Amino acid sequence: MSRLRIATIWLGGCSGCHMSLLDLDEWLIELATRADLVYSPIADAKRFPPDVDLTLIEGAIANDEHLELAHTARRHSKIIVSFGDCAVTGNVTALRNPLGPAQNVLQQVYIEHGDPGGVIPHDPGIVPVLLDKVVPVHHVIPVDYYLPGCPPSAPRIRALLEALIEGREPAADIRYG
Amino acid sequence: MDLHELEAIAERELAQRPRLRILYCSATGCQASGALEVKRRLEGLLAETGRQVEIDVGAVGCLGLCGRGPIVRIEPSGATFEHVKPDDAGEIVAALDGHACHVARCDQDHPFFTRQLLIVRRHCGLINPDRIEDYIAVGGYRSLYHVIHEMTPAEVIQAITRSGLRGRGGAGYPTGLKWATVAKSPGERKFVICNADEGDPGAFMDRSILESDPHLVLEGMAIAAYAVGAEQGFIYVRGEYPLAIERLQKAIAQARRHGLLGAQIFESGFNFRVDIRVGAGAFVCGEETALIASIEGRRGQPRPRPPYPAESGLWGMPTLINNVETFANVTAIIENGPEWYSSIGTEKSKGTKIFALTGKIRNTGLIEVPMGITLREIVEEMGGGTPDGTPVKAVQTGGPSGGCIPASLFHTPVDYESLAAVGSIMGSGGMVVMDEHTNMVDVARFYMEFCKDESCGKCIPCRVGTVQLLNMLTKLRNRQAHASDLVKIEELCELMRETSLCGLGQSAPNPVLSTLHYFRHEYEELIGAEGDHGS
Amino acid sequence: MAAKTLTIDGHLVSARPGETLLEAIREAGITIPTLCHLDGLSDVGACRLCLVEIEGQRRLQPACMTMVSEGMVVHTNTPRLQAYRRQIIELLFAERNHVCSVCVASGHCELQRLAGMVGMDHVRYEYLSPDCPVDISHMRFGIDHNRCVLCTRCVRACDEIEGVHTWDVAGRGVDARVITDMNQPWGTSTTCTSCGKCQLACPTGAIFPRGVTVGERPLASERIALIVEARKQRW
Repeated sequence: MSRLRIATIWLGGCSGCHMSLLDLDEWLIELATRADLVYSPIADAKRFPPDVDLTLIEGAIANDEHLELAHTARRHSKIIVSFGDCAVTGNVTALRNPLGPAQNVLQQVYIEHGDPGGVIPHDPGIVPVLLDKVVPVHHVIPVDYYLPGCPPSAPRIRALLEALIEGREPAADIRYG
Repeated sequence: MDLHELEAIAERELAQRPRLRILYCSATGCQASGALEVKRRLEGLLAETGRQVEIDVGAVGCLGLCGRGPIVRIEPSGATFEHVKPDDAGEIVAALDGHACHVARCDQDHPFFTRQLLIVRRHCGLINPDRIEDYIAVGGYRSLYHVIHEMTPAEVIQAITRSGLRGRGGAGYPTGLKWATVAKSPGERKFVICNADEGDPGAFMDRSILESDPHLVLEGMAIAAYAVGAEQGFIYVRGEYPLAIERLQKAIAQARRHGLLGAQIFESGFNFRVDIRVGAGAFVCGEETALIASIEGRRGQPRPRPPYPAESGLWGMPTLINNVETFANVTAIIENGPEWYSSIGTEKSKGTKIFALTGKIRNTGLIEVPMGITLREIVEEMGGGTPDGTPVKAVQTGGPSGGCIPASLFHTPVDYESLAAVGSIMGSGGMVVMDEHTNMVDVARFYMEFCKDESCGKCIPCRVGTVQLLNMLTKLRNRQAHASDLVKIEELCELMRETSLCGLGQSAPNPVLSTLHYFRHEYEELIGAEGDHGS
Repeated sequence: MAAKTLTIDGHLVSARPGETLLEAIREAGITIPTLCHLDGLSDVGACRLCLVEIEGQRRLQPACMTMVSEGMVVHTNTPRLQAYRRQIIELLFAERNHVCSVCVASGHCELQRLAGMVGMDHVRYEYLSPDCPVDISHMRFGIDHNRCVLCTRCVRACDEIEGVHTWDVAGRGVDARVITDMNQPWGTSTTCTSCGKCQLACPTGAIFPRGVTVGERPLASERIALIVEARKQRW
């Protein structure tokens, strides 16, 4: 059996889901015997590679960079998993949505509640441009599996990965928060 | 009050009526287009010429052709004028004297009038709704007398049952069966409620009846109360109908003064008091359990049925709720007999139905037609097609609970079952005509927005489903929807239809479902966004 | 009166006359989702989660408000019902801002539990993200409308158990909100006795004791039934 190519990406989230992934401790060594981590915030790869078998996406879609990366990941991945509450629901990242479109949010954060003389950062190409509404990953690309949780615990991540690696349907495991 | 006194009032009324009369429509539609100013000018002119005794200027109820108001009719010739302006006063008086008159005349030989069969609206345009004497002069309150003194409650119910009358509020439940259920339900008190919370966009049949002939409804309610054993009635009328409320108040006071409502009616043991309850603008209060909650002083929202109001209604007592038009049919059935009534209409839908014909149509107004007439006869012959000759595309019946019927199905007869079979409903009588320029997704959006605004918020499928559907339809209209959104729209429609608590939510998807069924390509043409996800 | 015999999901079940279908279903050891129902309070049939199929009836009926009758044949968990229940929970999650990870009730929340129960692994509908207020003007309690599902259990607990009716509902459709007194800050209510029964009845973290943080508000709604029983038995 050829080695599985796994990627993880970190969009609008706190990286807690990745921390939880690292919490798998020695099972990560076992995972390394069967799969390669070809792209990840915890791996040194600059570009999302082609032919990925499985991609875990942490975080919601909050800016144009997230949107682009999500589409790239979808194009190059056989299976996409929405990994954690932000990816599945928007979660804390989406808490800004009630404040209105991006400009309103920036105005409130940097001007109304910021330091005196505050300015709204604007550096296209360096600072990604916020989307007007934070949305879950499946609102912009098709998602194959969902693992809610904030973060999903290490054993739950392991159960999902084991099933997918072995080509089984993962058991339903729905726990938000 | 007894029968002789009633006849005496009628005779006196007819005897003192001048031969020459100018009758103007005083219903809301004509008042809005300036009928009262026309009346003032007419009266002024007659006073100036000293003819105010010889010629009577009288208010009457709705003459039907509401799109062409103000409408004025002169008697004895019966000539009827449309779009009358205050400056036309002189010409109209001249016409009364047999001189030439250049004011536009209604063509009363037009199918709009000749295809009508007036049962409920038989007094409209003939009597002054503010005067009980006018109503008595055309035979009013005789049916009530007849019922109280010559029929048992069971016989009344039997007559209504045999007539085949069905609820005119929209659902078409057999009226006799409903009355029988209330009559046999045990309860220390019983109530009769008249549902006058007409709220469908484009519908104004009930308003017109109340504004034109309020005593007809009161007499129908009193007969119902006698039949089911109720002593208290309520008319729940929407606050947006100030003129109807005013005329009802006046009519109730007059009827009480004449001993036709209140205690010991016609010197019998039968007592019946009617009070008005004014709605505060919630469409959902037209749903019977929400209406009852509102009368009880609680938040106007529906509760699951059973139990039905016939068994447990107002304050837990057996309660008869019928629509304005249903009550307005009662006296004609008593007067002419159930066999006469059931000879009109189709096998399962008897009598007539009033429709408010609006939208892209030449002749806007109210029509009362026998059940079984086809949509084509109504739209093309009576309505006269679209004003600019653009082909008619569809007709919407039943308001936000109904559906759009395409022109290809205009051979459909208007009866409860046939309309349901083509995906719409009879409804309360709204009939909105659309031409080729109307986008059906816009139509669906309009009604969904209405339902979203009017959802009471009690049950989740209706409260949130209406918003989600509206958002998806808007997305579609803005060409931002995916093919998967169409699937979601249909799924959500099914959820709302099957799981909503009351009729509002259950039927709210109908405008979407019927336009999807007949005009699916208009939805598919709007699918703009690439990809297919989120399903 | 004789016991009623009915068939629930293929099992013969006997029930007391006057019992609701929900009680009979539970006594038969079958779990169906409920939200607006709370033992000890009257039923309103609003959440539509306990809808069941009854043979011979055209419409689905809420088990909480349907009386058992002889010979009734009931299906509580058909694929159609499962799909509807999931959709209803999705609609609820999309309606307001239910962010479990920062909620006082996380881990003790009926809505959160229901999501798992009906298999809602994601919400297909657009999140409405309304701007909802949080009212912490009351000395002991707060209400976060972001988490309210409009089940009206607080309204009924206040009216029926405490006998005060501080709570009610104002507004229509998605704009409906539970309110105190004449739609004023809770802390200024002149009728509220600060008894906390609304907080006990709340299935989510919408009404909470002040001072608790994420996951610290226990679910104690069964205490409503306990109060009712205690009064009936004069404990």
